[in-house]
Amino acid sequence: MDDLLAGFAELFAQYDVLAAFWVNIQLTFWAAILSLVLGTVLALMRISPIASLQWAGTAYVTIFRNTPLTIILTFTYLVVFAQLGIALSDDLNATFFWYAVIGLAVYHAAFVCEAIRSGVNTVPVGQAEAARAIGLSFLPAASMVILPQAFRGAIAPLGNTLIALLKNSTVAVAASVANETSSLMRTMIEFRPDLMVAIFLLFAIGYVILVIPIGLTTTWLSTKLAVKR
Amino acid sequence: MDQSTSAAGQPTADEITDAPTSDRALGAPLVELKRVNKHFGALHVLQNIDLTVRKGEVLVVIGPSGSGKSTLCRAINRLETIDDGTIAIDGKELPEEGKALAKLRAEVGMVFQSFNLFAHKTVLDNVTLGPRKVRGMSKKAAEEHARKLLDRVGVGNQAGKMPAQLSGGQQQRVAIARALAMQPKVMLFDEPTSALDPEMINEVLDAMVALAQEGMTMIVVTHEMGFARKAANRVVFMADGQIVEEAPPEEFFTAPKSERARDFLSKILTH
Ligand SMILES: Nc1ncnc2c1ncn2[C@@H]1O[C@H](COP(=O)(O)OP(=O)(O)OP(=O)(O)O)[C@@H](O)[C@H]1O
Ligand SMILES: [Mg+2]
Repeated sequence: MDDLLAGFAELFAQYDVLAAFWVNIQLTFWAAILSLVLGTVLALMRISPIASLQWAGTAYVTIFRNTPLTIILTFTYLVVFAQLGIALSDDLNATFFWYAVIGLAVYHAAFVCEAIRSGVNTVPVGQAEAARAIGLSFLPAASMVILPQAFRGAIAPLGNTLIALLKNSTVAVAASVANETSSLMRTMIEFRPDLMVAIFLLFAIGYVILVIPIGLTTTWLSTKLAVKR
Repeated sequence: MDQSTSAAGQPTADEITDAPTSDRALGAPLVELKRVNKHFGALHVLQNIDLTVRKGEVLVVIGPSGSGKSTLCRAINRLETIDDGTIAIDGKELPEEGKALAKLRAEVGMVFQSFNLFAHKTVLDNVTLGPRKVRGMSKKAAEEHARKLLDRVGVGNQAGKMPAQLSGGQQQRVAIARALAMQPKVMLFDEPTSALDPEMINEVLDAMVALAQEGMTMIVVTHEMGFARKAANRVVFMADGQIVEEAPPEEFFTAPKSERARDFLSKILTH
């Protein structure tokens, strides 16, 4: 036990562990916002009365939900950036960071869409009918009646998606994002194989500490905001 | 007065000869269905329906379960599409989906069996949503109007509550106020009291009778004969997707012409 604590102390002294976690938190934060927006648009398409939009939404979800995240991130990095040379910033690290955010968002939007759709399923059809009956067309009915209730019913699955996103942010190393946790872990293992156990525990505990509050918050929110019928 | 039991009572001779009093001056045709057909798969739920409802008329639709009453109601504001035939409101045929349809729907109030109040909004917001977002009314004007309507149906003191905090009878009266807030030309009611506990039925029916007396055009699917006798100009009896018989309420309840109607009435009168 003392060995382990000494190991942690050495690792913290030698490497900027908190900075690495901070990179993943930032990746998660921006990807979460982007995927929430994109996922909501996709959910709207899938519940819309227009067949072509429904089709497009379904196609998107099917494709991105079934493609490994590593491939999506490697693709954005190798093809969109390296081949097409589209730089998002003058700073190469910033460019990699935003490519990773986009890759993560594009992938998790498919899951956000499905989470929102499961929320839509908790809203009785009578709500949509009543909205249409007072003369609201699709978009106002969706934004003022269906989605506000659907989000409250989707908090738990959205929380799960957020947790998955945070953990998946470690895959950003595939898009060459430097200084994030999984690349730091590799560096540590390479240079301090003597502290192997401490290294693994450090990152495992770090993620547990980040994930537990998300789970607790979403559970609390989903009961607090539940629509009473 | 208990409306559901009064229905079973024999009408006086006076009431029978007086039947046309309910035929108050009716206006031009407001809702017109011509040869309307609708299928659910192989099931022919609406068969060649011809029906005209005039301004100020109160029409009660009655008939056994599955006869197509709800489908008829829902077709009138196109919550249900029809296969062929035409439905016109105030001379205008129902448009396809889109803005024009939404506009027409705003002129047709609908009250559902299960109330369908917006569960995440207060009573007041339920009533003001349509006027504000569809009619573009200011918040202040919409709230003023909403409070008047809520008072009128006797739930003015519930304005700040959420629907789930209200009794069924109160929720249904809010739903009536919500529909009225759009100042509709015609109100559709699909079994508005059949999800209610018996002691709450009358408070809703009273609100509907008052509405009828104010001259609102109404199409009401209900088995409440008390209401039909008190407020309806005409009763339409449906069975198996067809209009089998139509008559003024007293005539229909006391001397139904068709075997189907006699059979149906004997069943709802005895239980
Ligand atoms: N969406 C639907 N899909 C398939 N069949 C349906 C649908 N809606 C209604 N039906 C069928 O159409 C027929 C007519 O239904 P409708 O609800 O209009 O009857 P109703 O007269 O209102 O009956 P009730 O008194 O039970 O409310 C029924 O046989 C019903 O099962
Ligand atoms: Mg019905």
